[in-house]
Amino acid sequence: MTGADVLLLALGAVAVGAGVLVVTTKHLVRAGLYLVVCLGALAGDYLVLGAELVAWVQVLIYVGAVVVLLLFAVMLTRAPIGASDDLDRPGWPAALIGGGAGLGLTVLLVDAYRWSTVELTGAGAGTAERLGEQIFRSWVLPFEVLSVLLLSALVGAVVLSRPDIGRPGPAPDGVPSQDVDSGGRR
Amino acid sequence: MRPVIPYVTAALLFGLGVYGVLRRRNAVLVLMAVELMLNAVNLILVTADTAVRAVLPHSGQVFALFVIVLAAAEIGVGLAIVLQLYRLRASVAVDEVPLTEPAESPRTGGAPEPAAVSAAGRDTEVGR
Repeated sequence: MTGADVLLLALGAVAVGAGVLVVTTKHLVRAGLYLVVCLGALAGDYLVLGAELVAWVQVLIYVGAVVVLLLFAVMLTRAPIGASDDLDRPGWPAALIGGGAGLGLTVLLVDAYRWSTVELTGAGAGTAERLGEQIFRSWVLPFEVLSVLLLSALVGAVVLSRPDIGRPGPAPDGVPSQDVDSGGRR
Repeated sequence: MRPVIPYVTAALLFGLGVYGVLRRRNAVLVLMAVELMLNAVNLILVTADTAVRAVLPHSGQVFALFVIVLAAAEIGVGLAIVLQLYRLRASVAVDEVPLTEPAESPRTGGAPEPAAVSAAGRDTEVGR
């Protein structure tokens, strides 16, 4: 057990514990905050594993953006402040399938790697410079496809969240809709 | 470094994500559980990047970045759908969403009369 192992164990325990709380807590807002703890511990894992850029991107995008978006959604759907009892469905099929997936993957990976050791490649293995070289040399095409995907997700989110686009009939607030796809015939 | 430690962490997180997706009724909580699963995949990719010597260096970390981007796109569209569902039915419980279109009523888009649409939806709802 080296120092890296101890760090990985501690951060992994924090991540799994926070994950358990995310899927079991009865408070919606607390689930989001436990998700922050879980994702932060995973960012620490990435740092230990030498993936600096991935760790900081994780902090930026997940902890910074995704969790804030989720908390916004919690607020916009008027979630109750305290504990709510109607968050869960009956648990045993979920526990069966989830536990089966988790334990099956655990057995598979433990059997594949046993207690073997790998030496960490030291600092500078996953800096922005190295990763940028790889992305813009070997992975340029997926990168560009992803940018198109982000654009289409943006357009899709805008279209979905505006009630006056692509709907026949009057809009909820009484304003006649600007019907883009059917030309306003209906 | 023992790669089995982060691998087991990732496997447990993935199991927790599956459990959360199947257990939770609130759509926002389902999205949070999906985030757990995506993060488990990311952890496996980053660990494999250090544990396996690949032909192309740092492929695992590049893939992890790609998955993070995909997760961001997924959460944006997913939350737009959840908010639209809330606007339509004033509830985000995923097991109350009717899987079939109400047959007798024409496609009104639902937004003008949410009460009528949800009442018609309950009649034809399956699986309850």
